[in-house]
Order: sequence, then C-alpha cells, then structure tokens
Amino acid sequence: MRGTNKVGIGVGFILIMVWCLLPVAWIISLSFKSQEAITAGSPGFLPTSGGSAGFQNYVDVLNDEQFRRAIFNSIGICLIATALSVILATLAAYAIARLEFKGKRFVLTTALAIAMFPVVSLVSPLFDMWRTLGIYDTWIGLIIPYMSFTLPLAIWTLSAFFREIPWEMEQAAQVDGATSWQAFRKVIVPLAAPGVFTAAILTFFFAWNDFVFGISLTSTEAARPIPAALSFFVGADPFNRPASLLAAGAVVSTIPIILIVLVFQRKIVAGLTSGAVKG
Amino acid sequence: MASITMKNIVKKYGDGFPAVNDVSIDIADGEFVILVGPSGCGKSTLLRMIVGLEDITSGDMMIGEKKVNDLAPRDRNLAMVFQNYALYPHLTVFENIAFPLRLAGASESEITEKVNAASKTLELDEHLQRKPGNLSGGQRQRVAMGRAIVRDADAFLFDEPLSNLDAKLRGQMRSEISRLQKRLGITTVYVTHDQTEAMTLGDRVAVLKRGVLQQLASPRQLYSNPGNLFVAGFIGSPPMNFLPAKVSGTSVELPFGTVQIPQDKADKVAASAANGLLMAGIRPEHFEDAAVVDASRQGSTFRAKVDVVEWLGNEAYAYIPFEAPPEVREQLEQLERDLDGESLRTQLVVSLDGTSRIAEGDEAEIWVDSSKMHLFDPATGENLTVDLDNAGYIHGHAMAEAAEQPAAAG
Ligand SMILES: Nc1ncnc2c1ncn2[C@@H]1O[C@H](COP(=O)(O)OP(=O)(O)OP(=O)(O)O)[C@@H](O)[C@H]1O
Ligand SMILES: [Mg+2]
Repeated sequence: MRGTNKVGIGVGFILIMVWCLLPVAWIISLSFKSQEAITAGSPGFLPTSGGSAGFQNYVDVLNDEQFRRAIFNSIGICLIATALSVILATLAAYAIARLEFKGKRFVLTTALAIAMFPVVSLVSPLFDMWRTLGIYDTWIGLIIPYMSFTLPLAIWTLSAFFREIPWEMEQAAQVDGATSWQAFRKVIVPLAAPGVFTAAILTFFFAWNDFVFGISLTSTEAARPIPAALSFFVGADPFNRPASLLAAGAVVSTIPIILIVLVFQRKIVAGLTSGAVKG
Repeated sequence: MASITMKNIVKKYGDGFPAVNDVSIDIADGEFVILVGPSGCGKSTLLRMIVGLEDITSGDMMIGEKKVNDLAPRDRNLAMVFQNYALYPHLTVFENIAFPLRLAGASESEITEKVNAASKTLELDEHLQRKPGNLSGGQRQRVAMGRAIVRDADAFLFDEPLSNLDAKLRGQMRSEISRLQKRLGITTVYVTHDQTEAMTLGDRVAVLKRGVLQQLASPRQLYSNPGNLFVAGFIGSPPMNFLPAKVSGTSVELPFGTVQIPQDKADKVAASAANGLLMAGIRPEHFEDAAVVDASRQGSTFRAKVDVVEWLGNEAYAYIPFEAPPEVREQLEQLERDLDGESLRTQLVVSLDGTSRIAEGDEAEIWVDSSKMHLFDPATGENLTVDLDNAGYIHGHAMAEAAEQPAAAG
C-alpha cells in the first residue's frame, strides 16, 4: 500500500516536472543552436554537431547595448517598485491589523478591487496621463503602475501575517521601554519577516514579468524593461527574427529572478513565531 | 522601587461594562500583593492599568508620589511578566533579557554584566545563546523573569505567570519567585486564581468579584476572618461549609442539631437573627470524629449519616448530605455561580483525623468547634461575626468606618 503510494507520487511528480520544465528546457536548447541551424530547421533537442553555437548566442546578447540597457532598466525598476511597495504595504498592513480606524473596510475592499482590475484597460488612460505629466518613458512611469497593482496583494498578505503575531509581543516591548515605533521595528517587523519577503517576491515577479505596461508606457531604451525589449529585438535581418538570440536573452533574463527567489526564500522560514508564547 | 496607590479606579470597556469598579488599594514599597478572583473578575484589567496597557476610565493611579494615569507604559518603569511570557522568538535568550537594557541605551559592558548576573540568578547560563522556541516551559518562564529583573524597575507585575506550567514545576517556580522577591525586596503585584499561590506568596491578598474589591487582607486574616460569603467560599480548599442556621441567644440550630456559640458572637448576630434564617459557615477542619477528640476540648457534638469517606492517610474527608430550605439553596447556587462553578453541593465536608474509624454509611458522632463558626446574613452575604480589627479592608465596611470617624471626632 505504502509502496504503491510512493511510486504514484513519484510518477505524478515527474509528469508535472516534465510538463512545467519542458518549455524551459526547449528554450535553453534553442539558445545553444546557431541561427543558421534554426532557419534550416533543427528539430532535435540537442543541437546537431554543425548547428551548435556554443555560448556564442549568450556572448552576442550580452554584448548588445540595447539588451544590457533593458536588463539594467528591469532590475532597477523592479527593485525600486518592490522596495517601495513592501515598505508601504508593511505600514498599511500593520495599521489594518492592529489599529481601529474609520474606513478600514473601505481600504481593504478598494485594495482588492484594484487588484482585480484588468491591467489592459488602464493602459491608454495612463499613456495619456503620463505624456501630460511628462513621465512617459521614464522609470517612475513604470514604477507607479507596478506599485499600484502589487500593493493590494502585499497588503493582504502582510496583514494576515501581522494578525498572527500575538498582541502581547508588542505590549511586552512597550513595557520594556520601547516606543510604538521601536516595538514595530524591533519586534513586529522581524516577526513578520516571512510575510515581508513573501510580499517582496510576489511584487518582484509581477513587475519583472509585466509586458503590457512595459511596451506601452515606454518608447526608447531609457526605461524599456526586458520583456518589452525582447519583443523589439531584431537582429540584422528584420524579416528573420533571431530566435536563438531571443532564447539566450530569455534565459539570461530569468537569472535575476532565480537569484532573487533563492535569496528571499532563505528568509521565509516557517514557524519563526514559535516559542513566542506557550505552545 | 516604589509604592503603588490606586484610588477609586474604574475601568469601563467600550461596551460600558465596568470590568473594574471603584477599586482602591495601597501597596507599600516592597510589598507582595496578590490579586485573586474567579475568571473574568477584572484581575488582568487592573494589572494592565497599573502597567499602562489599558486606559483608566476614572480614579488615580500613583506610583511613588507620581500620578501616572496618562503616562505611556515605557515611562512608568515597571516590569511585567505576561501569562504567555511574550518572549521575542527572533532573539536569543541573551538578547531577550538584554532587550530592555538596549532600549534604555545601556553600554555593551553594562548589558553583558547585568544579563549575566540575571542569568546566574535564574540558572539560565547554558541557554543564553538559544532561541526561546527551543526551551521548555519552565525555562521560558525564567527567561521572562530575567527580562523583568534585569532592569531596575520600580515594581514587578505578574499576570498568572505559572498557569501554563505543570503542577510540579509550578511548585518550584513559586518558591523561586518568592525567594527572588524577598531578595530583591521589590514591590510586586501578582495575579493568580490559584489558591496556593495566593496564600503562600502574598503579604496581602486582594479578592475581587465582578470588578469589585471584596476584601484586602493578609492570607491568615482572609482565611480566619472572611468578610463575606464570597470570600469565605473562595478562600480555602475544600471550601467552607455553608448551612442554614436558626439562631436564638447562644444556641444555633443547624440541620444536624443544635450547637452553642460564644456570647460575643451571639450578640453580634442578635439583630439579624430576629429576621429569620442565617447562614452558618464552618471550615471542614473545625469538625472532627467525636471518638478522637479530647474530652477537654470545647465544642458540641451531633449524629449524622456519613455518605462517602475519602481517606488520605493523614486525614480523611467525610461527606454528609443535608436538606436546605429553598431560600438558602438559592443563595448557595448564586454563590456557586459567583465562584465560577466551584461545586458547593448541599453537603457537609468534614475533615477527620487519619486515625478515625468512621466508615461509609455509618451513623457517626461528629464533634464541631462551634466557636470557630461564622454567621452570614443570607441576603447581603455579609459576615456578621467578623472580627473587624483582624480582617483588613472589607467591601462595604470601609464606608461605615469613614462615617463613624467624624462622629467619633465630634
Ligand atoms: N478588550 C475588552 N473589551 C471588552 N471587555 C473586556 C475586554 N477585556 C476584558 N473584558 C471584560 O472585562 C472583564 C475582566 O476581564 P479580565 O481579563 O480582567 O479578567 P480576569 O480576572 O483577568 O480573568 P481570567 O482569570 O480569566 O484571566 C471580563 O468580564 C471581560 O469580559
Ligand atoms: Mg486574566
């Protein structure tokens, strides 16, 4: 009984992994093939002996000024949006979880409504507004919409975490001589760290993967993020898009997100609050 | 170190319910005062008002000579141990204890020195680098104490600090707290609903019922001179027996027979006795098997059928059911509710000497020391036979005293 269960789980696991990772594997495979081999048709998973480009595609991509700008834009915009969003969400979520104030329900429902708003419908009004305000095609022009779409999620996630933290923690800190701010910073925030990093990862994902805002609110490489830049990526021949270069670009652009997840994941240790109060 | 003075403290929560109602307590510098009472009587609320976590609706809270009603907790310089300890799980034991010192901006060397001193006192040395999550209940409790004693607080406040520990550990920690308090000589307010803690730890015990201070006296005074039915029923285990009593002169008619009371007690109750039934309160240990009592001892005897006997070695408890008239039964049921369901069946619990041969079902001859009997007014619950000079503050009596004073002066 146990044995068949284990086998079943193993098989299911492999199926899901294959399902999820096949496209990724294919892109990686593409990125190692030469342009000619792809144009000529190269159906195999591993590059043929003549059609392998080695790391040449990666070298080309990284040598491309446009691509480097886009990576820089993406990292900058996403980090700033994430940091601002998480800081604001932490403060807002704390207020929602701990304080009684008028309009609390309103804030929460509005936040939810915003999160459910279709992104596309905002593009043209934002386009006009940003042009008028002069922040079209700037970092800030992307950071603002990213924040407004990730804040609700971050606030909801974080206020759930804050609610889990026993009131006594804060009161103990106050009796120990802390101001409200010190209690918040030295006790509450460290205890909510898993929540903070969860919110950070979600925010960063959203911003990094955004395509709609990236392509419609930018016009030059001054602010164009990676997903948009990849779609503008035309090689020497405009009628023949460099698939292998694009694949290499796509692979490179997933590296930061993997790094971020690895870094943040260490902070998301479950059960950090255990031991605060009796079992 | 400082005294704590509460004057007519009232706390009404948002729904208007008075959780603490007109409580006045003077706590001397260095005194150990216990707050006891059934669940929901306002003990925690009172403690939290002292420390500043709860606003005071009206009344004055003084620490030393200073009125602290409007001070934030951190400006009151009190140390508190929470019921669930409230340790900081992300900090090591060392940092937990050091937390108040760091907030106060103490130097690194001072912190190390003080934390090490506290950890030595509490035997936490080997755990200093561990996180609270990995400690046992008793160790966590000690860390919470460490955080309290490490600073030079004006007073310690404890909210049921031992209620999460098992019986054995509770006993150990109880004596540890007592020793620590005596050594540091620091003013302490301690909330509990454990009888033993209340009786053994405190210099004085404040008994609360539904937000009202019932009596404030030393444990001995509370036990021998309860001010009213509630205190009498709350203090002592097994609880005091309550019996309907018809008093005429010095003879008291109980369900089992008539016994004699001293003249001075008879005088005190004469006025109320004229109005009808009284409630007699006799502690289990004031009964005895007539066969093992010295003939020289004063007292009365009666015969009754024993229902159940529990023999404990050094003593035995015998249970004797009796019939109570409806008005008394009602009063007893009300008392039971007030006491949080501590069962007060209409049965007599008598404590017998371990050598007693009384067995279940016997018709036994029981001796009672009727001079120790208290008589209560069943309507008000007031103890009519109380020795006022020996009972501390009793709810209702202070006002009578205050009213008498001008008369005496004039
Ligand atoms: N935040 C609150 N809002 C409204 N009522 C409250 C609040 N906190 C406590 N109360 C009420 O005040 C009364 C006293 O509560 P308190 O916590 O002081 O009781 P307690 O004596 O400590 O009881 P326990 O032994 O169960 O801890 C209770 O009746 C409770 O319902
Ligand atoms: Mg309580």
